[in-house]
Amino acid sequence: MAETRTQQAQQAQQAEQAQRTQQAERLGRLRELAGAVPDPELPFVSLAELGVLRDVREAGEGGVEVELTPTYTGCPAIESMATDVERVLREHGVPHVTVRTVLTPPWSTDDISAEGSRKLAEAGIAPPRATGTGPVTVGLGPTRTAGDGPEAHAGPAAETAGPEPEPVRCPLCGSAATTLLSRFSSTACKALRRCESCREPFDHFKEL
Amino acid sequence: MTSTVADRPELALADDALILSHRLGQWAGHAPVLEEEVALANIALDLLGQARALYSELGDEDELAYLREERAFRNCQLVEQPNGDFAVTLVRQLFFSSWQELLYGQLTSMPLAVKAVKEVVYHRDHAEQWTLRLGDGTDESHRRAQHAVDTLWRYTGELFQPLPGLDVCWDAMRSGWEKRVTGILDRATLTVPDGPQHGGWAAGAGRQGLHTEPFGPMLAEMQHLHRSHPGAAW
Repeated sequence: MAETRTQQAQQAQQAEQAQRTQQAERLGRLRELAGAVPDPELPFVSLAELGVLRDVREAGEGGVEVELTPTYTGCPAIESMATDVERVLREHGVPHVTVRTVLTPPWSTDDISAEGSRKLAEAGIAPPRATGTGPVTVGLGPTRTAGDGPEAHAGPAAETAGPEPEPVRCPLCGSAATTLLSRFSSTACKALRRCESCREPFDHFKEL
Repeated sequence: MTSTVADRPELALADDALILSHRLGQWAGHAPVLEEEVALANIALDLLGQARALYSELGDEDELAYLREERAFRNCQLVEQPNGDFAVTLVRQLFFSSWQELLYGQLTSMPLAVKAVKEVVYHRDHAEQWTLRLGDGTDESHRRAQHAVDTLWRYTGELFQPLPGLDVCWDAMRSGWEKRVTGILDRATLTVPDGPQHGGWAAGAGRQGLHTEPFGPMLAEMQHLHRSHPGAAW
C-alpha cells in the first residue's frame, strides 16, 4: 500500500515536471516569435535585437502576457509593435494576448544587442556608442564675439565632461571626421550627421 | 473625474508636457530651417509621450486632454505662452527644460520621470546651444534673444511653487535652476533681468487653474476636433 502511494506521488511529480518543462518550452518558442517581430521603423532589426521585448509569460487559460518597453517615451512605433506581437502570437495559436508597456527600468541604447548594432550600421545608421556621459555637447559655429570662435563656448561644460568620447564614425566610409547637423532627425531616437570625408549625410542612433 | 485626480501633482506635470507639446507642434511648417522643424517636432513628440504616460496613470487620457475646461488645467503659465519668434520659443525651452531636467532628476520613484529625464537632457542641450548662438550671434539675434528673456522671465517664479505630493526639495530646485540658467545667459552675453519672477496678479497661478489670455484660444484649437467628433479615429 505504502509503496503504491509513493509510486503514485512520484508519477504525479513526474507529470508535473513534464508539464512545467512543456510550458517553459512553449514560452521559449513564443518569446522567440515575439522577439523576431521586426521594428516598424527599422525593419532590419528585431524587437529582441533592439532590446524592447522585456518579458513573455503565462497569463491563465493558455493566454500570454507580453511586456514591451518604449525606446523613447513618445515613440509612436510602440503601438504597432504591440499590434504586430499580438498578431504573430495569435497566428501561432495563443488565444489571449495582452501586451503591456513598461517604463522601468528605462530602456537604454546599451540594450541594443551587438547583432542589432551591426545591422544598424549595415543599413547606414551609425549605431549608438556605450552610454555614461549623456549627450555630447558640441559648439554651434562662429559667434558675434570677435576672435574667440566656437571654442569659447566649450566653456565649463567641456571642462567637466571628462575624457573625450569616441567619435561617431561614418557608417558608409568609416571616417571619424563627422559633424553634427541636428540633434533630432527622422525619428526622436536619431541625430543627423554629415561625414566630412565622403560628404554623405547619415543618421546616428543617439545614446540614451 | 474625482477631485483626487484634479489635485494630483502628476496632473500638473502632464498638463505642462501636453501644453508645451502643442505649442511646439504649432511650429510645423513654420520653422526657420528644416532641421529645426524636425527638432521641435521631435521634442513635441517626447513631451506628448510624457503627457500620455502620466494621464493614463490618472484616468482616460483623451478625457483629461480634450474634455477639461481652461480652469481645470494646472500647467504653469510659462508653457502656454505663445511661440513668438524663434528666440522666444528657444528661451522658453531653455527655462522649461532646465527646470524639468532638475525636477525629473529628483523624482526617482516616478518611472516616467526616470525614463524621460534622459530625453529632457537632449531638449535642454538643444535649447542651451541655441541660446548661446542667438545671444552671442548677430546684433539682431542678440536683441531678439534678450527680448525673449525679458518677456518670459516673469513666468519663471511659478516653476518653484511647491507641488504638494511630490518629494522634491524646491529650494534646491530654485538655486540649481538659477545657477544653470544665469550661467548660460552670461555665456550667451545676455543680461539676466533684475525684475521679479512674477508678473502682476495673473502670473504665477497656472497651478491653480488661472491662465493667461493666450491660453483659451490655444486650448479651443487643441480640443476642437475631439469635441466636434467625439471618438474620431483615422
